[in-house]
Amino acid sequence: MKDEITREERVDNLKGMGCSRKRVEDARFTQGKGNYVDDIKLDGMLFGDFVRSPYAHARIKSIDTAAALEVPGVLAVLTAADLEPLGLHWMPTLAGDKQMVLADGKVLFQGQEVAYVVAEDRYAAADGIEAVEVEYDELPVIVNPFESLKSDVVLREDLVAEDGSIPDGAHGPRKHPNHIFTWEAGDKDPTEEVIANAEVVATESMYYHRTHPCPLETCGCVASMDKVNGKLTLWGTFQAPHAIRTVVSLISGIEEHNIRVISPDIGGGFGNKVGAYPGYVCSVVASIVTGKPVKWIEDRMDNLMTTAFARDYHMTGKIAATPEGKITGLQCHVTADHGGFDACADPTKFPAGFMNICTGSYDIPTAHLSVDGVYTNKAPGGVSYRCSFRVTEAVYFIERMIEVLAIKLDMDAAELRRINFIKKEQFPYTAALGWEYDSGDYHTAWDKALKTVDYEGLRAEQAQRVEDFKAGKTRKLMGIGLSFFTEIVGAGPVKNCDILGLGMFDSCEIRIHPTGSAIARLGTISQGQGHATTFAQILASEIGLPADSITIEEGDTDTAPYGLGTYGSRSTPVAGAATAMAGRKIRAKAQMIAAYLLEVHDNDVEFDVDRFVVKGAPEKFKTMKEIAFAAYNQAIPGIEPGLEAVSYYDPPNMTYPFGAYVCVMDIDVDTGVPEIRRFYALDDCGTRINPMIIEGQVHGGLTEALAVALGQEIAYDDMGNVKTGTLMDFFLPTAWEVPNYETDFTVTPSPHHPIGAKGVGESPHVGGVPCFSNAVQDAFRPFGNTHTNMPHDHWRIWRTANELGLHG
Amino acid sequence: MSKKMHIKLNVNGKDEEFLAEPRELLIYTLRERLNITGPHIGCETSHCGACTVTIDGKSVKSCTMFAAQADGAEITTIEGIGNPDDLHPLQTAFKEHHGLQCGYCTPGMITRATKLLEENPTPTEEEIRFGMAGNICRCTGYQNIIKSIQAAAAEMNAAKEAAE
Amino acid sequence: MIPAAFEYYRPKDIAGVLSILEEHGDDARVMAGGHSLIPMMKLRMADVPHLIDLQDVGGMSDITVGGDSIRIGAMVTQADIIDHEGLTTAAPILREAALQIADPQVRYMGTVGGNVANGDPGNDMPGLMQCLDAVFTVIGTDGERDIPARDFYEAAYMTAREDEEVLTAVTIPLPKGGWAYEKQKRKIGDYATAAAAVQIVKDGGTCAAASIAMTNLSDTPVYSEAASNALVGTAVDDAALGAAVAAMLGDIDPTEDNRGPVAFKNHVAGVILRRAIARAWSRA
Repeated sequence: MKDEITREERVDNLKGMGCSRKRVEDARFTQGKGNYVDDIKLDGMLFGDFVRSPYAHARIKSIDTAAALEVPGVLAVLTAADLEPLGLHWMPTLAGDKQMVLADGKVLFQGQEVAYVVAEDRYAAADGIEAVEVEYDELPVIVNPFESLKSDVVLREDLVAEDGSIPDGAHGPRKHPNHIFTWEAGDKDPTEEVIANAEVVATESMYYHRTHPCPLETCGCVASMDKVNGKLTLWGTFQAPHAIRTVVSLISGIEEHNIRVISPDIGGGFGNKVGAYPGYVCSVVASIVTGKPVKWIEDRMDNLMTTAFARDYHMTGKIAATPEGKITGLQCHVTADHGGFDACADPTKFPAGFMNICTGSYDIPTAHLSVDGVYTNKAPGGVSYRCSFRVTEAVYFIERMIEVLAIKLDMDAAELRRINFIKKEQFPYTAALGWEYDSGDYHTAWDKALKTVDYEGLRAEQAQRVEDFKAGKTRKLMGIGLSFFTEIVGAGPVKNCDILGLGMFDSCEIRIHPTGSAIARLGTISQGQGHATTFAQILASEIGLPADSITIEEGDTDTAPYGLGTYGSRSTPVAGAATAMAGRKIRAKAQMIAAYLLEVHDNDVEFDVDRFVVKGAPEKFKTMKEIAFAAYNQAIPGIEPGLEAVSYYDPPNMTYPFGAYVCVMDIDVDTGVPEIRRFYALDDCGTRINPMIIEGQVHGGLTEALAVALGQEIAYDDMGNVKTGTLMDFFLPTAWEVPNYETDFTVTPSPHHPIGAKGVGESPHVGGVPCFSNAVQDAFRPFGNTHTNMPHDHWRIWRTANELGLHG
Repeated sequence: MSKKMHIKLNVNGKDEEFLAEPRELLIYTLRERLNITGPHIGCETSHCGACTVTIDGKSVKSCTMFAAQADGAEITTIEGIGNPDDLHPLQTAFKEHHGLQCGYCTPGMITRATKLLEENPTPTEEEIRFGMAGNICRCTGYQNIIKSIQAAAAEMNAAKEAAE
Repeated sequence: MIPAAFEYYRPKDIAGVLSILEEHGDDARVMAGGHSLIPMMKLRMADVPHLIDLQDVGGMSDITVGGDSIRIGAMVTQADIIDHEGLTTAAPILREAALQIADPQVRYMGTVGGNVANGDPGNDMPGLMQCLDAVFTVIGTDGERDIPARDFYEAAYMTAREDEEVLTAVTIPLPKGGWAYEKQKRKIGDYATAAAAVQIVKDGGTCAAASIAMTNLSDTPVYSEAASNALVGTAVDDAALGAAVAAMLGDIDPTEDNRGPVAFKNHVAGVILRRAIARAWSRA
């Protein structure tokens, strides 16, 4: 058989790794044919919705549902009393705490679920909610974690013993009724000693404000209990469908094989859709009670007020250095506001996530971290908003501490970073707080970034601007924001990463069809990342079939292999690895088939793009398409028919993407309005699977970073009322407020990942937040600013200028 | 429960007639009554634009309009903009230039963009940013949406010139 | 977010509107574009048992540019204002302001009448209309009456319009001289942190007349006669700007909200006003 096309053309035809393959998802989304949970419509489907607490802390004296039950179309109203006999009035949280499904005697945050109204349509449900009468007795409200730890107001009476003693929590001893845990990493005494004896110590306190992932689609589900077959189907906005199935089984007692969880198309997640929410539980119960499908969809206020906030970390740091700027020690303490229940979504052994990556990209010999989790009258959550577990907080902390140290040393912050970077030859590098960084080449990335933006030129321009400002020629200051981040993603090795005891491996199952096309199923679920496109590219390169001939399917627990889902940039590092490994199993069998067909020994054929060729005789080959056909249609001695493989991948380590970002910003001192002039982002995510998608992820992550740094917050007043419950006040930037970004890259493959990929979706958020913040802070550095808290909205920027005496 | 209204709409070229409570929001009429699920619900307070449809030549956020208000109107949703055999240049351009990720804002985004290009066939980047500011996207950072709209505009103008 | 049930009316003429208003009193509300009222109804912060949609009432959608005044029907939308060339020539400040209201979709629906009538201190048109010394025409069962914009606003959502009256038109004396509408906001779709509407007439190098109003800095729009007077007769130099700002600061009364504390708002009000005056002066 004559080979008609060149090898290069054969590579191109596969659309494998490294090419900007157009997304296969887009056809349906651009034509309005996506299938999101609220698009699901089943016969006889009912609607459920919540009566929510207007108070942040109150005892419930009574709930009267009689009038609601009179509302036409209302079928049932569930309260904690109805759930209690089923043992479902409380549920376990991902953090080892428990959480009320419906208010059990009291409420702990504004918007808390008090009763669940089930009705024939959403109109009747809304009217039913209005008709439920709840009598509250208000209690003192605590919205500040420091006050909480001093208060004699006990938020969680259920966590105090009858004799008044405080039993241990899921993460050890608790020192106050409102205290959840203390978690430590590193060496306390040596770190304190280094700091005590250091020639230079910079100290800073910073508050990383509470915000929210706010995907454009809110959370929701449809529960359908088929009483005939005893099967429960649960569609929902689940970033981890298999974990949800297991949790539902554990708390409902329905055997896991009788539960089918389906994540349809998801309209963005960003961490918001990782948790298990009362809406899911109540919908399941309502479906069991009524025998009909029940839909629950949050409205935007519900979403912002109750499901899964992010951050809310009060961080204090001390960083020690030599006068030349070599860092010798770092200490960090965090007071973490977890709200009314500890529902953080972190691996079990990490109640503060991977906050212990807070030594950042720097070779810091000694470090200590301690985190105190605290209850307050705020919503529970604590998810990783577009980052691996608490990595955004950690990177913000260290990238601010570096700037603060640079000020203390009167040094250039870029140079300070450079002299402290972990060197290329130090990898794999074990950090003082325990992580083993797999790979990195920070100096190369940093130099490339600074050269591209003409860092020296920018500093000169900035100096001139300061002169002009002082001379009264301009009222605009210029800030140069720098950040160099190291992410820790791909949770994770089962030996130290589990959620509720579920190991954080992931999986891929491949079936090659006889005609040489394939379907692969994974334990992850895309929420816009383009898995159906990129995982097919990995497979195309691994098994030599065109990506266009490979269907990727995720999100249906009846068909997909078990996996822990998509968040924390874990899909490519874990499921992507599983995909490559499963592909290699396919290839191994294909090799034997090819050898048989070519009548040579197994070791005498080798893989070449889309075929196996006889070594030294490339004209003798069998294409993967031919091999697939033979696998099903030819009796081959010693080889069973078919061509399938499954891989469960337990990663040996996390992956450590990194990047260098520079932001140039002008700030109107009089109005506090910032203007982003330039943003340069260099990302190193290891092997690049689809550059187009990487670039899109970077644009999106930077925009979410911009929002968080410059104004996006969940703010509470002293009474625990949420002040930012709609998109008027909760800052989501439009096209008008967002700049164009310049993207760039270096490639440092992960040494332990089968294809060297590290994950990228969250890097721009992790690196972006400190970069935007540093730009604001840097503008004021010449006037004496050391640190000012985010969000840098207009009035807070104005306040900084005002406090520095810049308003004359 | 209030008196039901008799409402007539023309949606994507098809006449629809039904009885509805006055408080039925147009977005629910489209999504739940007519099974036109392209337009989505994002914010419910007219900030995000996921529910954008074209009503009698205007881009409108259908979460902030009662079906009763639209009685007698002609409505175009993403479903009426193109079909698999004849995609609108915007639909092609959004795919070609990676102008979408999760896809949730996309129907409203493209629907709004059709109107923008109708009013201004050669928009500058700034005009696109301003003209699309009623539609929020959480995934893309807008850069590739702008690119997609610019590409579609170029494509449409080239086609128009060729036709002339 | 589902509003409470209501009865919906779409009368063909004003008489029909008035008779429903008369019958239901406080329980009835008229609606133009609905982009202020409907979100409030969905949040169940506005209870409207009887909703009167004005879209079929004729005669309220015209823009008439006359020899010495402009008449804008209550149902004219922000988009109509932006697109109307004659209006833009005669009163360019209207277009400049309309472009800073909300976003494109909302501007297709949002009307001048709705924006000025509902009394929301965050709306842009009320301050603008005070600057332009507009007159609002309202009609009730007792007939028509005109209310100057500068006398219309009593408190947040409280206006000189009676519940049974409908605002039908806005009449503006043809503005003269330079103009500016300057608005600081957090993002597209937000209300103003501070906004200023300024018209200035220049005679030689001297300010012959000035009119200044500001938005969202009090529970009503703030037309400041003192600020306007501070410019008249001056060369609009730094001292005059300072005097105008000082006068305006005496008239506004901002409250703290998510946009910032009072001190910030006062400061920004001064900055925005200065910029608006400077821009208007440069165009005068």
